Amino acid sequence: MRRALRIAVLAAAGAVLLALPWLRITIPGLFDAPLGSPGTLNLIALCFVFGALALTYDLVFGYVGLLSFGHALYFTVGVYVTAIALNRLHLPLGAAIAVTAVVALLLPLVLGAICLRIRDIPFAMVTLAFAEAGSILVIQNPGGLTGGEDGLALGPDVLPAGLVGVANTHNLYWIALAALAVTYAIAWWAVNSPAGHVWQAIRENERRVGVLGLNPYLFKLGAFVLSGFLAAAAGVVYLLLQGSADPEVTTSSFTLALLVMVVLGGVGTLWGAVLGGIVYEYLDFRLVALSNDATVQSLPPLLRVPLSEPLFLLGTLFIVLVLFVPGGVAGAVQRLRRPSIASTETG
Amino acid sequence: MSTIALLAITGLGLGALYFLVAAGLSLIWGLMRVLNFAHGAFFTVAAYAGWVAGNAVHGSPWLQWLVGLVVAVVAGGLFAALTEIVLIRPLYARHVGQVLVTVGLALATVALVQGGFGNDPKQLVLPDWMLRTTPVLGADIPNTRWITIAAAALVLGLLLFFLRRTRYGLIVRAGVENRGMVEALGIDVQRAFTLVFAIGGMAAGLAGALAGDYYGTIDPSRGSAMLIFAFIVVVIGGLGSVVGSALAAVVVGLLQQFLNFYGAAGIGDFAVVLLLAGVLLVRPSGFAGAAT
Repeated sequence: MRRALRIAVLAAAGAVLLALPWLRITIPGLFDAPLGSPGTLNLIALCFVFGALALTYDLVFGYVGLLSFGHALYFTVGVYVTAIALNRLHLPLGAAIAVTAVVALLLPLVLGAICLRIRDIPFAMVTLAFAEAGSILVIQNPGGLTGGEDGLALGPDVLPAGLVGVANTHNLYWIALAALAVTYAIAWWAVNSPAGHVWQAIRENERRVGVLGLNPYLFKLGAFVLSGFLAAAAGVVYLLLQGSADPEVTTSSFTLALLVMVVLGGVGTLWGAVLGGIVYEYLDFRLVALSNDATVQSLPPLLRVPLSEPLFLLGTLFIVLVLFVPGGVAGAVQRLRRPSIASTETG
Repeated sequence: MSTIALLAITGLGLGALYFLVAAGLSLIWGLMRVLNFAHGAFFTVAAYAGWVAGNAVHGSPWLQWLVGLVVAVVAGGLFAALTEIVLIRPLYARHVGQVLVTVGLALATVALVQGGFGNDPKQLVLPDWMLRTTPVLGADIPNTRWITIAAAALVLGLLLFFLRRTRYGLIVRAGVENRGMVEALGIDVQRAFTLVFAIGGMAAGLAGALAGDYYGTIDPSRGSAMLIFAFIVVVIGGLGSVVGSALAAVVVGLLQQFLNFYGAAGIGDFAVVLLLAGVLLVRPSGFAGAAT
C-alpha cells in the first residue's frame, strides 16, 4: 500500500516536472520569472545538471570512500572534447558525443588504473595532480584548440536547430531532466547491484573485502570509470545548456565545489547528493542576484562586502554544516524520521 | 651561462616560497593527519594584512616593508592558531570533517578578500634596492630573489633547531612518529597542535609577504595557486618531513623555471604534476618517507 502511494507521488512529481515548460505559475521569492519562462527553465536545467554531477561524485566518494580531488577532469572531458569535436573537427552532434564517450571511458580507465594503486591522501593528491594537468592543458590552449582562458563558444550552426536559441530552452530543459533521471537510475541500479554492495564493503573495511577473496582494486576501478563516464555525460548536457565551454569547470575549485555539494546534501545517499547539487547551484545563482540587490548595495561596507560574495556565504554555510549537521540534509532527515533510535541511544 | 644563472637563482627563489608554504603543511599533516586546504588562505590574509599595515606607516620604504613583513607573519600565525582552536579542535575524531572545514574556510576567506579588496592585483611600494638587480655570472638577478632564498634558509634553520633542540620540538617529532604513545605518556599533544598550526601559519604569512615582493603585486588568487604546488612539494618530499620538503621545493622550483623557459609556456607546471604522479607511483611515501 505504501509502495503504491510512493509510486503515485513519484509519478505525479515526474508529470509536473515534464509539464513545467507549459506552466505559467510564478513562485514569488523562489524564481523571479514564471516557471515556464526560458530564464527560469535554464536555471532549473542547470540545477539538474549539477544534481547529476554531484551524484556521480557521490558514487566514488560516498559509496566507495575514494576521496578524489580530480572529478572536475571528467566533467571537463564532457564539456571540452564535445566542444572541440563540434567546433574544430566540424563533426555532427551525434558523432561528437560518440567521440566524447570513447574518451570518457578510456581516460578514467587509464588514470584510475594508475591512481588506484595508492590509497587515502596520496590517492587524493595524484587525482588532484592529474586534474590540475588537465586544467593547465586547457588554459595553455595548445594549437588554439581549447580557446585558453576565454573558453570556447560553440559556433552558430554546429548544433541542431532545435537546441539553439531562447525559444528552444524547453528542449534543453527536457534533456537535462532526462540526463538527471537516467543518471539517477544507473546510480541506483549500480549501488544496489552485487558490485555496489562490494563498494560499500570496501568503504567500511577494504582489507576484509580482500581477505574474503574479492579484488578491491577491480571494484574500485569499476566505480571510478562509471562515475567518470557519467560525469562526462553531465558535461555534455552542461555544454549544450551554456552554449560554450568555460575553463572554470576544469579547476580544482570546481572539484571542491562538488565536494561541498555532496556534503551539503548527505554523503552516501543518492537523493541527498542530487539535492545538494541542486541547492548549491540554485544558491550560487541566487546569491549573485542578492549581491546586486539595491538593499544590499545600500548597507554599510561591513555587512555589504560579505553579503555580496556568494562563495563567502556558501563556504560559511558549509563550515556550519560540517560542524553541526554531520550527514548533511539527508542525515538530518534521517534523524527526524527515526527519533526513537536516537532517544533510546541517549536514554 | 648568464641565462642559466638567472633561471637557477629565480628557480631557487620560487622554490623558497614553495618551501615556506609547504613546511607548515607538512608538519600539520605529519602530526595531525589534516590536509590543510586553508593554508593558502593564511598566505592570502597575511599578504593583505602586511600590505595594509605597510601603507598605514609613514616613514622610509624600508620601515614600511619591515612593518608589513612583521604584521604578515603575526597575522598568519594568529589566523592559523584561531583556525585550529575554533574549527579543527571540535572535529578531533573526524578526519574527513577536518579536511572539509578547511576547504570551506579557504573558499570563504578568499571570497571575503576578493569582496573587500577587489580582484585586481595591488601594487606594492618597495625599497629601491629591491627593484634593482645584482650581476652574477653575467646575469642581472633581481634582488628580491636573494631575500626569499635567505628567508627560506633562515626558516629552515629555525625549524630544524626547534624540532631537534627544544622540548616542544621533541614532542612534535614524537607525535609525528607515534601520537598515541606520546598521549599515553601523559603529554598534552593538543597544545602542540595549536603550536604547529601557528608556526605553519607564520611561515605561510612570511611567504605571503615575500611573494608580494617577488612578484611586485599581491592578488587574492595567488594563495590557492601556491597551495597546489606546495601540496605537490609536500607529497614529493615525504609527508611530515621538513628537510624532504626543502629538497622537493628546490627541485620543483628549478624544474618549473627551466622547462617554462626552454619548453613551451606551461610545460614546467605540467612536468611538475607528472613528476608528482611518477614519484608517488614509484615511491608512494615520497623522497624522505619510510619505505613501507
